[in-house]
Amino acid sequence: MRLPPALPALTILALLGPVLAGLWGTLSAALGHLPAAGLNGPSLIAFQALWEWPGLASSVRLSLGTGVLATVISLVVTMLLLAGWSGTRAFRALLGVLSPLLSVPHAAAAFGLLFLIQPSGWIARLLSPWLTGWQRPPDLLLVQDPMGVAMVLGLVVKEVPFLLLISLAALGQIDASRRLQVAQALGYGRVTAWIYSVFPALYARIRLPVLVVLAYSMSVVDVAVILGPNTPPSLSVQIVRWMGDPDLTLRTVASAAAMLQFGLVALAIALWFGAEVLLAQTGLRCAYRGRRGSHDRMVRAVGFVSGGVIVGAVLLGLIGLSLWSVAARWSFPDVLPDGLSLRSWQRNGTAMLPSLATTFTIALAATAAGLLLTLGCLETEQRRQLTLTQKGLWLLYLPLLVPQTAFLPGMQTLLLNLDVDRSLGAVVLAHLVFVLPYLRLALEGPYRTWDLRQAAVAATMGASDNRIFLTLRLPMLLAPILTACAVGMAVSVGQYLPTLLVGGGRVQTLTTEAVALAAGGDRRAIGAYALAQTAAALLPFALALAVPMLVWRNREGLHHA
Amino acid sequence: MPDGLRLDNLTLWRDGTALLSLDLLVRPGEVTSLMGPSGVGKSTLLAAITGQLPPGFSTKGDIRLNDRSLLGLPPQARRVGILFQDHLLFPHLSVGGNLAFGLAPTIPRRDRRAKIEAALDAIGLTGFHDRDPETLSGGQKARVALMRMLLSAPSALLLDEPFSRLDTDLRDQMRRLVFSHAAERRLPTLLVTHDAADAEAAGGPVIHLPATQ
Ligand SMILES: Nc1ncnc2c1ncn2[C@@H]1O[C@H](COP(=O)(O)OP(=O)(O)O)[C@@H](O)[C@H]1O
Ligand SMILES: [Mg+2]
Repeated sequence: MRLPPALPALTILALLGPVLAGLWGTLSAALGHLPAAGLNGPSLIAFQALWEWPGLASSVRLSLGTGVLATVISLVVTMLLLAGWSGTRAFRALLGVLSPLLSVPHAAAAFGLLFLIQPSGWIARLLSPWLTGWQRPPDLLLVQDPMGVAMVLGLVVKEVPFLLLISLAALGQIDASRRLQVAQALGYGRVTAWIYSVFPALYARIRLPVLVVLAYSMSVVDVAVILGPNTPPSLSVQIVRWMGDPDLTLRTVASAAAMLQFGLVALAIALWFGAEVLLAQTGLRCAYRGRRGSHDRMVRAVGFVSGGVIVGAVLLGLIGLSLWSVAARWSFPDVLPDGLSLRSWQRNGTAMLPSLATTFTIALAATAAGLLLTLGCLETEQRRQLTLTQKGLWLLYLPLLVPQTAFLPGMQTLLLNLDVDRSLGAVVLAHLVFVLPYLRLALEGPYRTWDLRQAAVAATMGASDNRIFLTLRLPMLLAPILTACAVGMAVSVGQYLPTLLVGGGRVQTLTTEAVALAAGGDRRAIGAYALAQTAAALLPFALALAVPMLVWRNREGLHHA
Repeated sequence: MPDGLRLDNLTLWRDGTALLSLDLLVRPGEVTSLMGPSGVGKSTLLAAITGQLPPGFSTKGDIRLNDRSLLGLPPQARRVGILFQDHLLFPHLSVGGNLAFGLAPTIPRRDRRAKIEAALDAIGLTGFHDRDPETLSGGQKARVALMRMLLSAPSALLLDEPFSRLDTDLRDQMRRLVFSHAAERRLPTLLVTHDAADAEAAGGPVIHLPATQ
């Protein structure tokens, strides 16, 4: 039976509908049209107010600077790691630790980093007072520095694992190890050989995810609230402040800023394309010269140390969060607390439960809807013998390339005008936009590599397409489907801005609660919330590993998968 | 009036070039062997008969089974069973579950278990109902795959080098098993093989396909 393409159509609607409607809402509010606030446009008042805001220049510089820097550093570190170490045992060990870190929510990783590097953080404590002489936390701008250095670090520790895992998936398709072998046999050093022979093919395949990292880093809010400067903050943080102001007219200014943010990301992507061309030309010229670059021990070391520092920072950060959540007295230069106590868990635990329930409700709903749509698309495409084209891939990545701060404010003002903001359903729809691409990316490979001869044999025995799907394909793909669900859940759990903006500040998840604590500085509460948030993101992965092992414990044929 | 599997002036096309042409009748209970260099399109021909041609391929002529044209019918309605060199047992189902997958759904639940146990007896795998297929030997897997296909009550049998993965002893045993079941059910059988001994054991007509230009 041929399925009508209803599910693909719905999927495209779920992917692009909120983005396009949101952009439209942002644009019309930016042009001064916001009936909910009694404003009827079009007018340029909002843009004028934005222009006159004294923080504009520095917040634009901050967004552009931190975003581009974080992307460049993440890409360089990832490539150095791969160039110097891919395929080695040390690399596999590092990867084993790095891949679970991918699902640690951005906010939790940022809080962990904060607890590590702030003036009263672990690093300062380890060095005090014997080295520094500090008896109290020094008055240094180690975090929330006006240049956004801490913010860049916070982004890098999350984006390197992302780029690394995306790259590993791509490396399998380009026969990387043989390319490297050939180039090394010609006398090139490992890093040079890799850069000349593997990188160009790899980059072509990870280009879209790299752009996603760029767009995300430029417009991130939660990491910027936790680690970024306050006065003025980055443009995205300022947009969120204006959006949260009781004075509704400020939402038009926020929308104008959101359009500016959209333009900034578009500009950065255009600049990035230009840089790609320049880099390619330079690379070709260098390759033509034929320098072997055989002394690359330093470069390899730098790559490995950076990878190690990232793993160490996130792990130590998580340990620091845990320790703070159970710390009794813990005064400054002490490396460890005086004692342990469950007080902060008792104090925050009851308040945490409703947000925990909301977190899982949203994550489960968005993942379930997303899974239905994704499997529906894959199965329809399979039966119609279609494959995902390059255009389709761009479509999939589009919601991740449009900055969140550009379309989510519009989604909120649209809902406000319709008087349906603050609903859980709308928040689920907003999460779905971000969950869908990751579900598809996670399922694409396993779905396509499933041995179609199984279906062919079943069909000759009289099994219908639906029966083949339900009784063969789904059960055999149980493990990858559950892993994809875990990815979807982790993506949803970690969402900050969609929950905050589309929920109108009334839908509270672990993530929104944790980020809201940033300003207060109650480290025990922050530790507890950030830890709960991390656990909520990691738990589905544990289940995704355990359930297939349990269900298929007597089926060896499914164990390698 | 069952008259077997007929390929009626059948030509297999791939993107506008003819791969092979055949005109033949396989009578009920007869095994016709098809031999030829690899890549001439033997497997694709079998796919055309089961109704599973990959994109880019097409046929001209007719394929008839017991005087009914198969063209235009979906694979599910053709009642043509096929065996490959890979057993393709479903790894998530038990041995019994695999056999039950083949058994027609019209057979009522209370009779199913007995039928499956009897089928297991027939291939010397008594008591294997709940076993994980992965724990079976290659020969045992091949027998389960054969029986699974036979339980779906096909009207014709296609064999795509089904013995080439087995070692010599097993190969002999398996050939006898397959051919005896095919003869017993009077199934028209088309065997694709590289191995002249297979064709000899089959005992029917042998067709040599020329290499494509
Ligand atoms: N799914 C497919 N898509 C495209 N071409 C195929 C496909 N399957 C087989 N071919 C091509 O069709 C030709 C015939 O293949 P096949 O029928 O497998 O040959 P044989 O079984 O005789 O060795 C070969 O050139 C093969 O590469
Ligand atoms: Mg073949």
